[in-house]
Amino acid sequence: MTEMTTIPSGDNQLLEETKSDRKITWLERILGPDNYRIVTGLFKTPASIIGFVLILIFILVAIFAPVIAPPVGSDPMKIPRDGFSGEPKGPGAEWKRNVPEIPFWYTPLTGNEEWVHLLGTAQGQYDIFYGIIWGTRTAFQTGIIVVVATVLIGVILGSIAAYYGGWVDNLIMRITDIFMTLPYIMMALIFSSVLTPILGRSLWPPLIAMITFGWMGYARIIRSDILSIKERDFVLAARASGVKNGRILFKHILPNAIFPTLVLASLGIGDVVLGFAALSFLGIGTEIGYADWGQVLSFARNWITVLNRYWFIVVYPGLTLTFFVMGWNLVGDAMRDVLDPRMRGKS
Amino acid sequence: MTSELLNVQGLETQFKTPEGIVHAVNGVGFTLKEGETLGVVGESGCGKSVSMLSILKLIPQPPGKIVAGQAMFRGQDLLQMDNDEIRQVRGGQISMVFQDPMTSLNPVMTIGKQMAEPLMLHMGFNKVQARDRSVELLELVGIPRAADRLKDYPHQYSGGMRQRVMIAMALSCSPQILIADEPTTALDVTIQAQIVELVIRLREELGMAIIWITHDLGVVASIAHRVAVMYGGFIIEEASVKELYANPRHPYTIGLIGSLPQIQAQGRKRLYSIEGMPPMLYQKPRSCPFSPRCRWVTERCRNENPLLESINDNHKVACWVDTVTGSERA
Repeated sequence: MTEMTTIPSGDNQLLEETKSDRKITWLERILGPDNYRIVTGLFKTPASIIGFVLILIFILVAIFAPVIAPPVGSDPMKIPRDGFSGEPKGPGAEWKRNVPEIPFWYTPLTGNEEWVHLLGTAQGQYDIFYGIIWGTRTAFQTGIIVVVATVLIGVILGSIAAYYGGWVDNLIMRITDIFMTLPYIMMALIFSSVLTPILGRSLWPPLIAMITFGWMGYARIIRSDILSIKERDFVLAARASGVKNGRILFKHILPNAIFPTLVLASLGIGDVVLGFAALSFLGIGTEIGYADWGQVLSFARNWITVLNRYWFIVVYPGLTLTFFVMGWNLVGDAMRDVLDPRMRGKS
Repeated sequence: MTSELLNVQGLETQFKTPEGIVHAVNGVGFTLKEGETLGVVGESGCGKSVSMLSILKLIPQPPGKIVAGQAMFRGQDLLQMDNDEIRQVRGGQISMVFQDPMTSLNPVMTIGKQMAEPLMLHMGFNKVQARDRSVELLELVGIPRAADRLKDYPHQYSGGMRQRVMIAMALSCSPQILIADEPTTALDVTIQAQIVELVIRLREELGMAIIWITHDLGVVASIAHRVAVMYGGFIIEEASVKELYANPRHPYTIGLIGSLPQIQAQGRKRLYSIEGMPPMLYQKPRSCPFSPRCRWVTERCRNENPLLESINDNHKVACWVDTVTGSERA
């Protein structure tokens, strides 16, 4: 190997020099320079930071729900009822039946020795505070299940369409188009009404309905990204070294194409929760009394004409829902800005 | 003389486009002997790359289609192989290096993982063996601290180093043929020289045959034993490298070599250029494809396409005119 010395090495030395100077963090190593720029860009604008903070608060609420609102009865997801009377009681009303244990934060923060209905009760004496706190878990659950399932369906169909092309592509994308022409919330409503007698009242009928009619956007995005990635040289190089089709698709193309889809998915969580609340408001989904924001809102239906007196049934769950969706939208907006090549270098 | 390794005959490849069918390759035939280096030259769009991609069935189908021809490699026709069989050949017995090293490596995979891929596929190595072999290979192509650099991503390598990695990967399974598709075009001149030197050294150490596609006549002169000149989807001249440069016979080759800038040129001589553009081949040409740009053109050139014929032991040319005498050949 004496010939090794005859190779000019200027190129290598230059690289050695630049390498020691440039600090590459572990995050950049994992993500690569492009994705790293995107991730760091996400934490730069005030709007996106507010978004992340909102989401973080909701995550903490979901995790610490048993501390914030100690469960009453065997199923914590069932909103505790203080009696059965129809008329809602306002915030601060005394809690008589099914009183929860008093957690450590309660007395110092509110000054009360006894548990009261912090945000009032809804029709049927369901406690609104409990509905909101435990409903956070329902929100994350529905959002994540629907988004993961729709992304999975979209990515699988979209990548098969893009990678194989030809009639496979045509067939899959025409089916996608047909699904896109169907009005989303109406189809979800109809389909979950059909599913409810079969599956019973639970989260699943609206979830399945929303998954069935919610995957098309992801399929289209991933398809267009794969179409551009699969023309890149490294895909040809992988084919030229004999790599199998499936491996090329999943190891070489998808990791390079998936990022925009993930951004869209993060935006999707807010929309899904909003859609689920709408279905829930219309009375589809979980059994009555399940901790779920849409359902708490639906308790206000009979009192809409006298909302000046019973505003708390609408305002508290409504605000919660608004903040939740706003959090995801702010994060999604920031992601869109960072990803948009025309916005690059600005802000 | 050593034996024949690859024999391509009558290869035809077409592409369907909205404007019509493009006849990119129109009956290319050549042979490659063991340990030999064949240079393939011609301007952009003349079918060099498409011919070589066709041999490995790497052209996208559709829109591309190999309509005729055979490529005999070790007694088997590569063009008749099914997907699994040809995949065994790709990267194993015949491997390729591509033009642009900046885009030929997957940006989200470490160099080590990418190098391990063909090794595990064709040599049946496990991860540890593949890693050890990758280190050897990187050292072979002159990358320092090879074991550390396996963990790096492509963006941490320079262009020249990436091309070395590509070459290391292409050679990892000891191929009998290396197809290099303009491997130096995207690199700057000093790095080009390093890469050419590297390939020459590796050829001597490993003894594989090389098909070197380029439009750089200087590079071909330094690396090839034989040169095939392509134009309009045909091989129009083929000769040993010395013969071709000393005694070019096809008008196109004469034009190509004549248009090289010469360091000894006296005075303010303008650089020679061939008038016109290469044709877009929407039909299979019946005339000589070069005839519209040829200064020796005759009536016969416009009506009949000449075939590649031997004029001596190591020189073939496809032209109706003997450019030495200026008269039509019999």
